[in-house]
Amino acid sequence: MIRHNKQPILSVKDLCVFFPIMSQGLIKRRIGSIKAVNHVSFDLHHGQTLGLVGESGCGKTTTGRAILRALSPDSGKVHFQTDQGYVDLAKLDHKALIPLRTQMQMIFQDPFASLNPRMTVGSLVREPLDIHGVGTMKQRNDMVKQMLDRVGIRPEYRTRYPHAFSGGQRQRIVIARALILEPSLIVADEAVSALDVSVQAQVINLLAELKDEMNLTMIFIAHDLSVVRHICDEVAVMYAGRIVEQAPTAELFADPHHPYTQTLLSAVPNPDPDVPMNLGVSGEVADVGNLPTGCAFNPRCEQCESICKEQVPRYRSTDGRRVIACHIQPEMDEELLNVTVSAMQPKC
Amino acid sequence: MATLTHMPELIEPSDTEHDPVLEVHDLHVHFKTHEGLIRAVNGVSFDVPRGSIVGIVGESGCGKSVTAYSILRLIQKPGLIAGGQMHFHPLHQPSFDICQLAEKSRELFDMRGGLASMIFQEPMTALSPVHTVGNQIVEAIRLHKSVTKKQARQMAIDMLAKVGIPGPERRIDQYTFELSGGMRCRVMIAMALVCQPQLLIADEPTTALDVTIQAQIMRLIKQLQEEMKTSTILITHDLGVVGQMCDHVVVMYMGRVVETGPVRRVIHHPRHPYTQGLLASLPSLAVEHEKLPSITGSVPSLTNLPSGCAFHPRCPHAQAGLCDVNGPPELESLNSQQAAACLRVHEIEDDQAQ
Repeated sequence: MIRHNKQPILSVKDLCVFFPIMSQGLIKRRIGSIKAVNHVSFDLHHGQTLGLVGESGCGKTTTGRAILRALSPDSGKVHFQTDQGYVDLAKLDHKALIPLRTQMQMIFQDPFASLNPRMTVGSLVREPLDIHGVGTMKQRNDMVKQMLDRVGIRPEYRTRYPHAFSGGQRQRIVIARALILEPSLIVADEAVSALDVSVQAQVINLLAELKDEMNLTMIFIAHDLSVVRHICDEVAVMYAGRIVEQAPTAELFADPHHPYTQTLLSAVPNPDPDVPMNLGVSGEVADVGNLPTGCAFNPRCEQCESICKEQVPRYRSTDGRRVIACHIQPEMDEELLNVTVSAMQPKC
Repeated sequence: MATLTHMPELIEPSDTEHDPVLEVHDLHVHFKTHEGLIRAVNGVSFDVPRGSIVGIVGESGCGKSVTAYSILRLIQKPGLIAGGQMHFHPLHQPSFDICQLAEKSRELFDMRGGLASMIFQEPMTALSPVHTVGNQIVEAIRLHKSVTKKQARQMAIDMLAKVGIPGPERRIDQYTFELSGGMRCRVMIAMALVCQPQLLIADEPTTALDVTIQAQIMRLIKQLQEEMKTSTILITHDLGVVGQMCDHVVVMYMGRVVETGPVRRVIHHPRHPYTQGLLASLPSLAVEHEKLPSITGSVPSLTNLPSGCAFHPRCPHAQAGLCDVNGPPELESLNSQQAAACLRVHEIEDDQAQ
């Protein structure tokens, strides 16, 4: 975790989202929980981009949704810095959330599903302004024109419908729609995953430019590690609902500590046939409804020892920049081992 | 397996040095739509050398899956194989042209699933949800081999074990919804390989999977391919998968082959501007760029193809009066193995050398 003097814009602490597993039959009883997000904590500073990566079912999307309150977390705190000071998003009701929505927006994954086919592009991008009653109609339309121009869609096209645009153009429209309210926090959920390689690079560049220009703080959710490497300042790797390792991007990629991060990085196929990849990965993604005891990664871990099967690893940090939840890695002095992360979380 | 005696066209077996299992020549596949004729595959030619893995790579809509489906003659209306030849040279059997096989003929049924089979993209939609895994595999076996039900079941169990499914005796009686994504993919592979095909077509076999599972499936396909000497066509949009799996690569754009050659050659020395752009625009784990180089513009619509070279509106090397006139450029051999379809291929090389 990069240390900043300033207060974080977003501070997530012990965020939990559990989905109930109900019994069959007439009387439904809760017989268990799917621990989709399990005590996730991180801080995010102004202008920073945090990548949330992991395999399907690891809880990265649920984390993003719980932060924006697209669904309600079971416990935990989400402190968000607004103009009036910090608010705990996790505690607010829906009415209180509405004015805050201008400051936090989401970019969705599939531009073919997230745009209403019966609305013109102009009205799609204007819709957030309409809902929040920003300016007069003329001002709104001018803002739409500017925004479309900024994301690379010709403003004349605003009377057209989404079907007239290609995947990359649609994703630009989705981005315009999310940014028109000039939010300070953006959650981009697999924003470029549905795009073809040649178009994906354009959209990644656009996002990076806009981020700098508008001083956006972003949570970038993705499964593609190479995209994350390109756009994020810091990366949190999730496995079975927990963050297992979090570090500044360059450090994480240069020297992954957690066995799961190592596995994940080594399994990315490289186009160059002379760069070998690890084909020896074993096991399947843990079932979050039925987690193994101890560390959730232990059945797949090559470095697993007996303690891994008994105790859930605590968060530890070596240097205040990297946080890791592993009993085995990194091997270091006993003294350093005892630094737990909770002591590092700033109080809001 | 029924003998393939009544073949429409017999072709002399080719010489030993150049020994392709499949030769696709000038394949055209059209779709008739309300918006006009779509030339999804527009004069595609490539060879599959025996025992090798050939990757067909391209973006969505480039015609890679349609090419794969045509090889098994799975193109349905409004699609139509409008022309071309696909010479199939199975071992110990006479060669034939797949395009000439009559619809619903015995020969076609024998080929499909027997001599050549396919791993489909989405295991959840390709497998039947109302039949057990075992029944589906047994059906494939009994269609192509004269064995009893009991023998077929044993073969299915053996095959499931071979593709790395733990407890195959138990899994064989399960339904697809009881399996994870990786397991379903393994079942698809088991089903495709159980009749020991000589040609396997894998259509985006790992696209829906997580990277760690993808690595497992890639290893499995490679292992089985080496063990069973199956020639494989791997369709993918992921250049990483191509680089790690394939011997040869065919790069497609807008229904045409733009570059082909051995994988090392094409990845290290791409000659067509599209291949170059595609490789450059990949975000890499190793190198950090300030800004990703990207191909400008977007993929054009197949109903409204640009004149001349289909890539010229996006090409940084396009020359007015050359690239935008006449028909699309033909594949030109650059050396003994590599070929690219670009009018300025030599000039581009000179520019880059400077």
